[in-house]
Amino acid sequence: MIPVLFSASDQPKPPSRVVITGAGIVTALGQGWQPNEQGFRTGSTAFRPVTLFDVSRQRVSFAAEARLPDGLPPNRLSQARLRRVDRASRLLLWAADEALRTSGWPENTSAPIVLGTTSGGMSLGEEFYRQAITDPTSNRRQLTRVTQYQAHQQVSDIMGAYDLTGPVTLIANACASGANAIGHAWDLLRAGRANCAIAGGYEALCTLVFAGFDALQALSTTQCRPFDAKRDGLALGEGAGILAMETLEHARSRGATILAELVGYGAVTDSHHLTQPHPTGDAAYAAMTAACEVAGISPDEVDYVNAHGTGTPLNDASEAAAINRWAGGRASSLPVSSTKASVGHLLGAAGAVEAVVSLMTLRGQWLPPNAGLREPDPACEFPIVRFPTSAKVNYVLSNSFGFGGSNASLLFRRWQ
Amino acid sequence: MRIVISDWGVVSPAGWGKDAFRKALAEGAPLAPKEVPRPGQSSPLRVRSVPPLAKRPDFITHARLRRTSPISQYVVAAALEALGPDVPLVQQNQLTLGIVLCVTCGCVNYSRRFYDEAWKNPSTASPLLFPETVFNAPSSHLAALLGTTAITYTLVGEPTNFLVGLAIAGQWIRDGRVQSCLVVGAEENDWLTADAARLLDPDVTLSDGAGALYLKKASEASPQTHTELISVTDPQFFANRQARLRAAQTIRDQLTRDTPSGVLSDGMQGAPKSDFALETAWRGWAGHRLSPKRVLGEGLSAAAAWQCACALDALADGSASSALVSVMGMNQQVIGACFRRI
Repeated sequence: MIPVLFSASDQPKPPSRVVITGAGIVTALGQGWQPNEQGFRTGSTAFRPVTLFDVSRQRVSFAAEARLPDGLPPNRLSQARLRRVDRASRLLLWAADEALRTSGWPENTSAPIVLGTTSGGMSLGEEFYRQAITDPTSNRRQLTRVTQYQAHQQVSDIMGAYDLTGPVTLIANACASGANAIGHAWDLLRAGRANCAIAGGYEALCTLVFAGFDALQALSTTQCRPFDAKRDGLALGEGAGILAMETLEHARSRGATILAELVGYGAVTDSHHLTQPHPTGDAAYAAMTAACEVAGISPDEVDYVNAHGTGTPLNDASEAAAINRWAGGRASSLPVSSTKASVGHLLGAAGAVEAVVSLMTLRGQWLPPNAGLREPDPACEFPIVRFPTSAKVNYVLSNSFGFGGSNASLLFRRWQ
Repeated sequence: MRIVISDWGVVSPAGWGKDAFRKALAEGAPLAPKEVPRPGQSSPLRVRSVPPLAKRPDFITHARLRRTSPISQYVVAAALEALGPDVPLVQQNQLTLGIVLCVTCGCVNYSRRFYDEAWKNPSTASPLLFPETVFNAPSSHLAALLGTTAITYTLVGEPTNFLVGLAIAGQWIRDGRVQSCLVVGAEENDWLTADAARLLDPDVTLSDGAGALYLKKASEASPQTHTELISVTDPQFFANRQARLRAAQTIRDQLTRDTPSGVLSDGMQGAPKSDFALETAWRGWAGHRLSPKRVLGEGLSAAAAWQCACALDALADGSASSALVSVMGMNQQVIGACFRRI
């Protein structure tokens, strides 16, 4: 059979259950599951002065900048290609390597690759522009920048590195991109269009985006404190989160270790404003509701919400209103926190990294504290996790909302 | 469930709408490029650009669209033409509409302007520009104009992503996520992208605009609907010239296995280096050929939509019963789609 993205002759199949068998994560807390689990579980923060570019003329000078090792994990890229790998690809390669190793997938696996990003290799685009302006007659290294800047080149890097084949879908739904990517992979697997898929998101810090959020005065000049009554903005971060996903049938057939099940995905558009959510959080409410409805789960059964929680006054107020409404009577006892307080807002990677955090809570049976919280916003009818907490966690809902009104919610179930 | 193309819309260097598009393609002559100054160089760059409208379109009065860059205006114009009489149904929430926007370069005008400001002095960079730099800004504006709250994706990457978008739209309709879906490919010109493109192939002339296909279930389409989406192939990847040729050949083999004849919309543009693989792979094709990029230029994701649009037009006028579309990316993948006359 010739694999096709779409065929008129496809017949509907009963939905497959979708499980996660591999996960990889890179954030400013560290590279890999273990340091991140340690950091998120204890509510550590990983903000430091930005060293990647000049921030001396910005209002804010810190971010959750990842510390990457000099080398890369073992891979199949040629030396020539390795020399061209940019920071965004490096983040992606480390996370993909961990996800593939933990999944135990055989080499040459053919799987759809669905990734989210907002900027791809933007730093190379910035370099291209600076040289084009300051040295307009020189083409030195410009061709490499043109090719590597494009987001599909970072995907090419992981395909080449691990001999992956499969259709590529790159979703750029702003800060919901990573969650949308995982949700889209879930759609593909659930409908029987593939047996396994790689999904997630990646984002590298760059001047344009940092300056953009600074220009909007959306960056905190103090400390990112989601859901705090005196919160004053978000903090940017960088990293990657990658999941190896497969149908339950496929995972069982190869005796894979299952990390969790993805049971729900809701995706909704908020057309209120390009950068501001509707104050009552209607789209967020709809996304959470959709994720639960498709799973047949009520809010009463959800044990923890990993909130989008950027720390901006408008986002958190809108999300709090949405959670209050969605959770109803459950709100007063439903633990909620935002892990952006620890690693910043990873934009296109945020939903993917927070999906990995959700897996950690399900595997470890703990809740990640909302670091830095001093005085909870009274608008939050739900308890905000403030300290390292052990808990019985069977269902975790993870929210991701973005510019342009992209709203996505993922619902994960513990595997036991 | 059969998925049909209910209608389509275009904005291209030929003008705004189907009539200008059809006229330019019927005449067949490459549209004259215009010169774009390149800062720091005496010789300008050449692009084919969407001509300005004599009268600003009504949609520009919408609060979200007044200060948008050209790409958002192209997206909205093409989408409204494709939706036609269904616009009020979407606006009145009687029809759930998904949107898949596909871009390669995206909102480059505002991105360049904002970065230039931030580079020179970030403390005075405009907060009005930055939100428009985000890839999904045009689809957000379109959703706001239509008042749709259904699922919306913006895909970024190779121009092949337009056909990936068609596949996603078909899946969403089949899965019941939406009743109908717009798939829009769009780009906007800037000296920066033209400067970058000449490094990849100096014979390529970039162009801008948009193309929108409006997909529905066959059972909900109007009697005037003529075309069905039959298949979208998996993309074939390449990393060098020979692999590019093999990939193009594989797509031909896949497309022609079930559809050995019909009209081919081939993506050739008159640039030997970029055309090499498609030209070789489709050598000997006996059916009619359409090559809209020869006339309109390399519109990247928009051009992939134009390829589909002219193929659909050929089916609608009865000149063929099936149409194949082969879209070649810049440096990663090639993909194909098949449409059939109902």
